[in-house]
Amino acid sequence: MHDSPDPGDRRDAVCVVGAGASGLTAVKNLLELGFQVDCYERETAVGGAWNWRHDRSPVYAGAHLISSRPLTEFPDFPMPDTWPDYPHHSQVLSYLERYAAHFRLGEHVWFGTEVVSAVPTGDGGWEVTTQSTGGGSSRTSRYAALVVANGHNWDPRRPTIPGEFRGRVMHSSAYKDPAVLRDRKVLVIGGGNTGCDLAVEAAQQARQVWHSTRRGYWYAPKYVLGRPADQVNDRLLKWRLPLRLRQWLYRRTVAMTTGDLTRFGLPEPDHQPYESHPIVNSQLPYYLGHGRITPVPDVTAFDGSAAELADGRRIEPDLVITATGYRPRFEFLAPELLDADEQGRPDLHLHTFARKHPTLAVIGLVQPDSGVFPLAHWQSVATARWLRLRLTDPARAAAVQQKESAKPLASWSKRRVVKTERHWFEVDHLDYLRSLESLLNEMEPA
Amino acid sequence: MTAFDLLRFEDWTNPVPPADREVVSLLPEEDDGRPPLLFVPGLGHGAWAFAEHWLPHAAGRGFPAHALTPRPGGDLRAQVHDVVQTAASLPRQAVLIGHGVGALVVARALGRYPARAAVLAAPVLGGWSALGSALRANPGGTLPALVGGRLSLSARQLFQSGPPALTAEQITGYLSRLDPKPRAELLRRATPPRPVGDAPVLVIGSPDDRVVARPALDRAAAAYSGAPLMFPGMGHDLMLEASWAEPIDAILDWLTKQIK
Ligand SMILES: Cc1cc2nc3c(=O)[nH]c(=O)nc-3n(C[C@H](O)[C@H](O)[C@H](O)COP(=O)(O)OP(=O)(O)OC[C@H]3O[C@@H](n4cnc5c(N)ncnc54)[C@H](O)[C@@H]3O)c2cc1C
Ligand SMILES: NC(=O)c1ccc[n+]([C@@H]2O[C@H](COP(=O)([O-])OP(=O)(O)OC[C@H]3O[C@@H](n4cnc5c(N)ncnc54)[C@H](OP(=O)(O)O)[C@@H]3O)[C@@H](O)[C@H]2O)c1
Repeated sequence: MHDSPDPGDRRDAVCVVGAGASGLTAVKNLLELGFQVDCYERETAVGGAWNWRHDRSPVYAGAHLISSRPLTEFPDFPMPDTWPDYPHHSQVLSYLERYAAHFRLGEHVWFGTEVVSAVPTGDGGWEVTTQSTGGGSSRTSRYAALVVANGHNWDPRRPTIPGEFRGRVMHSSAYKDPAVLRDRKVLVIGGGNTGCDLAVEAAQQARQVWHSTRRGYWYAPKYVLGRPADQVNDRLLKWRLPLRLRQWLYRRTVAMTTGDLTRFGLPEPDHQPYESHPIVNSQLPYYLGHGRITPVPDVTAFDGSAAELADGRRIEPDLVITATGYRPRFEFLAPELLDADEQGRPDLHLHTFARKHPTLAVIGLVQPDSGVFPLAHWQSVATARWLRLRLTDPARAAAVQQKESAKPLASWSKRRVVKTERHWFEVDHLDYLRSLESLLNEMEPA
Repeated sequence: MTAFDLLRFEDWTNPVPPADREVVSLLPEEDDGRPPLLFVPGLGHGAWAFAEHWLPHAAGRGFPAHALTPRPGGDLRAQVHDVVQTAASLPRQAVLIGHGVGALVVARALGRYPARAAVLAAPVLGGWSALGSALRANPGGTLPALVGGRLSLSARQLFQSGPPALTAEQITGYLSRLDPKPRAELLRRATPPRPVGDAPVLVIGSPDDRVVARPALDRAAAAYSGAPLMFPGMGHDLMLEASWAEPIDAILDWLTKQIK
């Protein structure tokens, strides 16, 4: 029975923002520990990025996972073992839909409702204002805690290229279907997984394809010795081989599988293996070798129908796709709540826990060398246990907080990476899971 | 019990290959949202052992009921995998009910799947203790297995002798369907994982079980901080005994309380 005079007061309940993979696992794990949960989702269905009916979904028709199934599934709800090593994006969506149905998460989600502001109340609680998507009335409710799972792969990061371009420029987020590539002269900018996938799709559809990257990368194949590459990599990690040795093995493996790509005009990588987010693509070298993809350096300017390149060349594409990634965006939160700097980069403990607000956590703000779901699951378990510990044993909670807050970033994110924005949340899944494990063990009853 | 299990190299680098799984299902006439039950048979038994009485009885009481036959030749890890795969394929969070060695499989599966609840019926969690009981109750059928020969289970081990007893025909029928292929790994001592999602766990059994001795039953229940629910007089194969209705009714009553 509600004995509160204010119907907007949800007292001990937790507010979750977003019903993508991260939001769903947050809801499930909070419910499991007995919390009441209200989850707000601005779209009309679950799935987030994997629901390609959503306007903001970054997924395109041909997208398959790059992390293999066992390294992608939630640790307590496996994907069907009859599915392929690298399921199609529609399978990932159906997996998330089944997860939501299995654990009856839908009952706790308010669809078509956007969180427009969340403000701390001073006593540890949160005042959350929501609005029906597409306008409509707004509503403010009070919660005991706020768990943000809004995703960081939906707000396009667009490069600023000087000059005017007469053809069409689109960001990869707007690219859905290979039909737009058919018989065009296409320039793809960006060497992330999206850029590489799109260059390959263009190679199959377009008249001519240029692929512009501003540096050299390590292009890993999807299979090594007949096994998914990430599974082989984890075998090396299991044996705890030192980084130097793994880097050497990586070079050897790439040399023997992908081979030397400078032969086709790609630059040498300007960094060691493991120092950039893994690119996993077996088809790119194939199409380079067939002359279907022409690698080109950075685009320095547009000039009418031409794009000028860093090496002085000029090319004349009629379609430019910028696959330059996505920015994190937290419009409903004041930047200082996340300790974000001027660039908008949050500084959170384990990329999860707000440093000054013990009842604020962010789930899924990581980019691992594995699937994201397992990390989001354990982040959610840790968050739920942390919130419960605060209620059941405040003294211990304070002790845990003190111990954890003293841990510098380098203690849980050892990875050295190329310093660009796309690596803000890059983590090594093993180091990261070990850190979460130690936090979970610290919170165990003595 | 072991705590959190975040690093799963075995599953990541060497996933259990898929196999055809035999699942026998009986659904209630009307689905009023009760959690599905997944029965997991023990050594030598298959889904048939539950299809005999418990499956129809549970469905009659409104529970969607499923029973899984272990994959032929599968080790413990593969069996656990099959249980978790089957549970996750059901539309709602499932209740896992394991019998005998099937209870060991369920205890392991609880570390991998947040069951709605779980029941360990006459659980064989410790292989050595079960071996000791088997040697006492059926030395002739057990000894050959120790030297690589066949294991045979006897009526004396599995069924009660007093009334209400099964007919001799029924007993021969059941025994002829048994095909126990024990694996040495059952003797390996391992603490069961802590159930993820804090599933409530019920342990049931009989003080007169000649496979699972009373202390083993108490130990199993204590591991889940409870006391075993007892059905005196019954033999090991609770679901095939003449008084099969009592334990399944008790299980369903307990479950009804758990799910409120
Ligand atoms: C092309 C592509 C391929 C990828 N491939 C892989 C892969 O192979 N393996 C892998 O593990 N990961 C992959 N990823 C990463 C992917 O982002 C994650 O798998 C996963 O989707 C992250 O889930 P999430 O819930 O954190 O974010 P999202 O899926 O983006 O979900 C966030 C949800 O929050 C909602 N939301 C946001 N703001 C608000 C608000 N203010 N109010 C209410 N609701 C809000 C959104 O509508 C959305 O539904 C890929 C990403 C891209 C772009
Ligand atoms: N199949 C799949 O499963 C799949 C497919 C696509 C994406 N993903 C995932 O989705 C996430 C986003 O991937 P993404 O490829 O869209 O983005 P991304 O990883 O951020 O890559 C962006 C690329 O664009 C380049 N770039 C950025 N700004 C630029 C600029 N101003 N000028 C020129 N180049 C610029 C980057 O170069 P620098 O390296 O120099 O920064 C990088 O090569 C990643 O986690 C990725 O793994 C998965």
